[in-house]
Amino acid sequence: MALFSKRKTMALAGAAAAVALSLTACGGGGGGSGSGEGKIRIGIKFDQPGLGFQDGSNYTGFDVDVAKYVANELGYPADKVEFVSSPSANRENMLANKQVDMIFATYSITDARKERVSFAGPYFVAGQDLLVRKDDSSITGKDSLSGKKLCSVTGSTSAEKVKKDVPGVQLVEQSGYANCLGLLEKGGIDAVTTDDIILAGLAAAKANHGKFKVVGAPFSTEKYGVGLPKGSDKCESINKAITKMIDSGEWKKALEANTQGTGYTPNAETNPPKPDACS
Amino acid sequence: MSGYLSLWEQYGGQMLAAFWGNIQLAFYAAVASLILGLILALMRISPVPSFRWVGTAYVNIIRNTPLTIIITFGVAVLYGVFTWQLSSDFNLNFFQIAIFGLAIYHAAFFCEAIRAGVNTVPQGQAEAARAIGLGFFPAAQNIILPQALRGAITPIGNTLISLIKNTTVVAAGSVAEVSGLMKTMIEFRPDQGILIFLTIAMFFVIVVVPVGLLTTYLSKKLAVAR
Repeated sequence: MALFSKRKTMALAGAAAAVALSLTACGGGGGGSGSGEGKIRIGIKFDQPGLGFQDGSNYTGFDVDVAKYVANELGYPADKVEFVSSPSANRENMLANKQVDMIFATYSITDARKERVSFAGPYFVAGQDLLVRKDDSSITGKDSLSGKKLCSVTGSTSAEKVKKDVPGVQLVEQSGYANCLGLLEKGGIDAVTTDDIILAGLAAAKANHGKFKVVGAPFSTEKYGVGLPKGSDKCESINKAITKMIDSGEWKKALEANTQGTGYTPNAETNPPKPDACS
Repeated sequence: MSGYLSLWEQYGGQMLAAFWGNIQLAFYAAVASLILGLILALMRISPVPSFRWVGTAYVNIIRNTPLTIIITFGVAVLYGVFTWQLSSDFNLNFFQIAIFGLAIYHAAFFCEAIRAGVNTVPQGQAEAARAIGLGFFPAAQNIILPQALRGAITPIGNTLISLIKNTTVVAAGSVAEVSGLMKTMIEFRPDQGILIFLTIAMFFVIVVVPVGLLTTYLSKKLAVAR
């Protein structure tokens, strides 16, 4: 530090602190009060075709359709809804920091998550399933996986589950399902595993149309809930909106529109679901 | 606090095992990329123009390619399209592809670190070596490199530190390592939130700080007095 006089050192420290402060101010601003009065911010996936997908300035998918319906029931018409990207690993923090008001992002209800966030719903019950090449009939379910190569996303529930359920499984872990589909198409792997509706959405995407099929033998249940900040009072009214959507047939219509052409039908024993009681 | 302790109970063993994976990746990749980097540096200072050209082209292309792209290329193209099998063991195969990618990438940086060291050796040394009849390799081996490497310890140390931290990038290449495990922990133990992240960061601090201290010590101790 002999290079600097004491005063210069202090000035530098001050400048560094100012930069740090302005950076935090910036980080908070994105989700703070600056985004306009009377709007609702909803966290969705931006990269999951069929569920939550950013298509230019539009958002499509089943999660998005349910979110729009529920928001409308809560008194927020389409122009008052702002969609925010909420990747899996950030969901709890985004709710805790009030960056979003609710999350519709293939968000499974689990006890560990309930410690930090509240859930409404479920609005859909998914199950872990397999996606294979259209002409592959050798894979019929979890029990026909020995010697097969699988792909899933690093750190996901599906990856952990298949490691536990199929001992010695040959699993490629990638950063996203799109990478897995590339490997599946080229033949590097034999199946992609995750929740059935995610697989159906991927198979229904324009670029993949007619190349893959969902096996249709789910081996887990994932209850997709609406993530809310801990202690939120919106749970009851969201559940009412979900029930209304299911009863009116809108729910079924949205589901069919987003999984068209994949031969996918959701597990009829668990769907459509009845929302859990709010805690 | 008890929640955090239960996190260790649940994932402690896995965390250590996964971090050991990072250390192994860093070790093998460091050895391979130092050797490759040294060869590249020799090419870049050699009297043969085509060698110089190849060395320069390698450094400029690889140094400007993101590591994630190289790792993804390894899995999506080398494995996915050309079905590269470095090893018959499924997981070991990805581990080796990852080391390959890390080594290819960091060799460019080690090369430049060594070349920076070469630039600290006065021109007169090379001229004197030539004057007493030494060829390129004897001169490099006996006169230039011993001084150059001593002058290059700090930049080599910096590259080594970034190599250790860059091992987390190979999560993109289906290798069991600590940043992938961190995603699993965030998925299953969201109640611990940022503590998970800080715990993993601590692992790296514990390993990287001694490397930094050692290179600082060595660069002073071994400095060439001129």
